[in-house]
Amino acid sequence: MSKPSLKSVAPIGLPSLPTSIAQVGTITKYELLNYFRSRRFFVLLIIGIVISAIFTAVVGYYGIAYLNLTSALVFYSFWWGNSITLVVILSGIFFGGDAISGEFQNKTGYFLVGNPLRRSSIYIGKWIAALTASLIIFAIYAAIAVGNGIYYFGANIPYQFGDSLVFSVLYLIAVLGFTFFFSSLFKSSSMSILVTAILFLFAFSLIELIVSRLAQIEPWFIITYGAGIIGNVLMDPYPLTQSTRGPGGREVSTFAVSIPQGIEILVGYFVITAVIGLLLFERKEFT
Amino acid sequence: MSSPSIEAVNLSKRYGSFSALSNLNLKIEGSKCVGFLGPNGAGKTTTLKLFTDMIRASEGEALINGISVHENKKKALASVGSLIESPEIYPALTPREALSMVAEIRGMPRSERKRKIEEVVSEVKMEEWLDKKVGKFSKGMKQRINISAALLSEPEILLLDEPSTGLDPRGMSEVREIVKSLKQKNRLIFMSSHLLNEVSDICDEVAMIDHGKLLVYDKLSNVVSRFSGAEGGAIIIDVGLSREIDDQTVSRTISSLPGVVSAEKLEGKNLRLHFSGGIENQEKLLSDLVMMKIGLISFHPSSSALEDTYLNLIKATL
Repeated sequence: MSKPSLKSVAPIGLPSLPTSIAQVGTITKYELLNYFRSRRFFVLLIIGIVISAIFTAVVGYYGIAYLNLTSALVFYSFWWGNSITLVVILSGIFFGGDAISGEFQNKTGYFLVGNPLRRSSIYIGKWIAALTASLIIFAIYAAIAVGNGIYYFGANIPYQFGDSLVFSVLYLIAVLGFTFFFSSLFKSSSMSILVTAILFLFAFSLIELIVSRLAQIEPWFIITYGAGIIGNVLMDPYPLTQSTRGPGGREVSTFAVSIPQGIEILVGYFVITAVIGLLLFERKEFT
Repeated sequence: MSSPSIEAVNLSKRYGSFSALSNLNLKIEGSKCVGFLGPNGAGKTTTLKLFTDMIRASEGEALINGISVHENKKKALASVGSLIESPEIYPALTPREALSMVAEIRGMPRSERKRKIEEVVSEVKMEEWLDKKVGKFSKGMKQRINISAALLSEPEILLLDEPSTGLDPRGMSEVREIVKSLKQKNRLIFMSSHLLNEVSDICDEVAMIDHGKLLVYDKLSNVVSRFSGAEGGAIIIDVGLSREIDDQTVSRTISSLPGVVSAEKLEGKNLRLHFSGGIENQEKLLSDLVMMKIGLISFHPSSSALEDTYLNLIKATL
């Protein structure tokens, strides 16, 4: 048995490897290819088109007058403000829910991790691919909304819609950061998808409701509260937090997130969850 | 340029109170094939995972070419091809795409990629499936692609965890031939396996591990002669003949050759020799048998000798 040598031998001639950024690009490229070949991209695309079709049919059938869509801003508020958060959440669930946990459960991670690349390159590459795939669906959804808006109100698109579009992208970034973080927590794909779906579709809204209505605390720590700027910016005037006297003279507040506050919440969620998610993935073991 | 090396320095891995690997000290250097043997749960895969940074060591270090795998994984694994625990490939990708991904990660020039991918896929006999989606492949077919991925960048060091897993007998034989051909290309191959005949056929050295502890690491012939339990530390050599041989030749002539402790006729046209005397005398013995013109067609240390060795060592730790 050879005795251990504590002194490292001189490294032998090593092949030149691409930079970590180039490796991120490679992971993104093949992850996207995997998305486009798999059903989930097309299922989400179909869901986006079906939601758009329902809005198109409702507006077409009832007419803008009946629905009280008196201006382009009201139209976009009705269409975009009411539905884009659902599209964003579905993108997060579809593309982020099992992005990391799937690498463990399906053992696809074993194919990648044994190669000379940092785990952070895998994480970031997959995240960018998820964002790109989501943005494609997002763009198609936005194009249909704008198409309808132009049909009913002409090409004069209100600037607030542009703001709302930007906030929606910011929300998408935050949601994907959060779903990747959750995906890093679990080794089971179904568990991470389920927990993510429950959180975004029910839990956050419920907590927001309980905290703001019952406890009368501004829910600045809930991501969905921050996402309120997407719909709020399409309202004229922009809604503000209001306090009224309720039964028994008790002051009752109705909270409305301001734009700077909403941006802070979304950016905060993204930064914190991205860093923790990345650290979790770096430390997670392929046992 | 230094020769390729892998080294475990006081390498340990614990899961709570369970010790999967305990103070492993092992240095393998140079172009050779080392078989890594041990029962299920002995710590073989744990060791290989530590060498690829799939898990983190509780204590100690895994070094490849003198570089800490955990501290500088990218550099340490630059010249390593690995196959750990039969990985899955994204089912929607084709082998060509999956291997292109690996080639790009490893910085293989675009001009070489196509040729190299076709070459390694041909080596594992999967040319016909190069552009079919992996999702439709059997376990054995996926394993062949995994092997081709490990070979793709022509790494100096190969870490293989039971590479024959899931393969049919032909596939196993092909893997053996691939590993043998890699030995000719001066590679360091560290390969865990449960197949003792595979190890005795292709490996120069063996390391045996049990309960997370290294039991022995030495040349295959030395390990067998020390631990097989054969008389006087003898090793068993199986000799294949093309024709029948008479009893007298066996009992008088062959038994009296230098180093031969005993000789017996087996069923068919085979002989079993108990031999003591090291590599040089083994060469002399082979030469003597050829000179006798008895129809010698094969000559190799018996896999059952390695099995005896394995069972003796593993039993000893129970």
